[in-house]
Amino acid sequence: MFEISPTEWTAILLSLRVAAVATLVATPLGIALAWLLARREFWGKSVLDALVHLPLVLPPVVTGYLLLLTFGRRGLVGGWLADHFGIVFAFRWTGAALACGIMAFPLLVRPIRLSIEAVDRRLEQAAGTLGAPPWRVFLTITLPLALPGVLAGMVLGFAKAIGEFGATITFVSNIPGETQTISSAIYSLIQTPDGDTAALRLVVVSIVIALAALVGSEWFARRATKRLHGN
Amino acid sequence: MLRVEVSRQLGEFSIEACFANEGRVTGLFGASGAGKTSLINMIAGLLRPDRGIIAIDGEVLDDTAAGLHIPPHRRRIGYVFQDARLFPHLDIRQNLDYGRRMNRLAEDPALEARVTDLLDIGGLLDRRPGRLSGGERQRVALGRALLAQPRLLLLDEPMGSLDEERKVEILPYLVRLRDEANVPMVYVSHDAGEMRQLATQVVMLRRGRVVAFGGTEVLPGT
Repeated sequence: MFEISPTEWTAILLSLRVAAVATLVATPLGIALAWLLARREFWGKSVLDALVHLPLVLPPVVTGYLLLLTFGRRGLVGGWLADHFGIVFAFRWTGAALACGIMAFPLLVRPIRLSIEAVDRRLEQAAGTLGAPPWRVFLTITLPLALPGVLAGMVLGFAKAIGEFGATITFVSNIPGETQTISSAIYSLIQTPDGDTAALRLVVVSIVIALAALVGSEWFARRATKRLHGN
Repeated sequence: MLRVEVSRQLGEFSIEACFANEGRVTGLFGASGAGKTSLINMIAGLLRPDRGIIAIDGEVLDDTAAGLHIPPHRRRIGYVFQDARLFPHLDIRQNLDYGRRMNRLAEDPALEARVTDLLDIGGLLDRRPGRLSGGERQRVALGRALLAQPRLLLLDEPMGSLDEERKVEILPYLVRLRDEANVPMVYVSHDAGEMRQLATQVVMLRRGRVVAFGGTEVLPGT
């Protein structure tokens, strides 16, 4: 019962890789966007805010299909990327990472934005009077103080990316070894006769990963908060 | 020398002020709400005047007619806030060193030693701001501003958030700072006693206007 088969390992490792890449690429973008939304007023801000949250409220199948239309081989962006850079997303694990990254993005941005908003702007002002230009104020004051939120966002994003199913299967299908993540493997297994035990094993694995992520983030957040509150 | 000639509307309230500092410590004196903090925020570059000129040692920092506004980080003007504003994620040593790093100044152990001695904060270097008393925090904030090697130091009621006992503790340091640090200062307070002890020149503000200017004899109760 607890013997994990090579196919299942493949799906588990692929899921971890897809979610890790999605989180790591989305984090810098998420921090930049969270800062913009938290600290700047500009034309079209509410539109940008809505766009970021769109994957949260759209049916995942719709997001997946839109990705297929845009980043597919014949899609506007996908065709151009393939012709000029040889980068292909359709039916590749990179496409799974793209889908997961986009689906996880709103969950990643939100805690980061809240924690940047919570940073005392008077400290940023003080840093300015000490000679720090705005980008150094961000790197030396704002970002370190917002770190617990960044970590929380990364964990939430990672958890979402690991569990993503609808957009991924629509965009890159369910190819074992290439795009079959834990979720799509479970989906395939429960549709096969005698697949139940294997499906259950993967269910246990996803629970373990999710719990580990939660405990880990809690630990990080507590350490960071302690460090930041001057004790 | 600092020259200020500014006006700024803030809601219902307006500031119109014109003065120049020549002495070592210019006191900005007035009741709360007289516009003292807004005025030094303009000198620091944190608030832009609607109209006017701010210049220091002949260098123009704000000139609204010419559309000129030098941002705070390029003014080399130190600012000690009422609420110290130490960086909570850095220890005291790193807090003190922040301005030097941001201005890319060479390390100067002699200056560091002089400032830490002057303010008596040598024993706090490895602590975090959260573990300091209000008076200690304010002394570190003074040291942090000085070590950025500013050409002018603004002090916004640095004793305002301290109780009487702590004030007595800080005042001698401010006097030493005035006599030994060799940086001109603008000192904001609503306390005539403090002003008399520290200022060499007084600008009296009332409802955003300069109503008196001169030596400490313009202070009430003299």
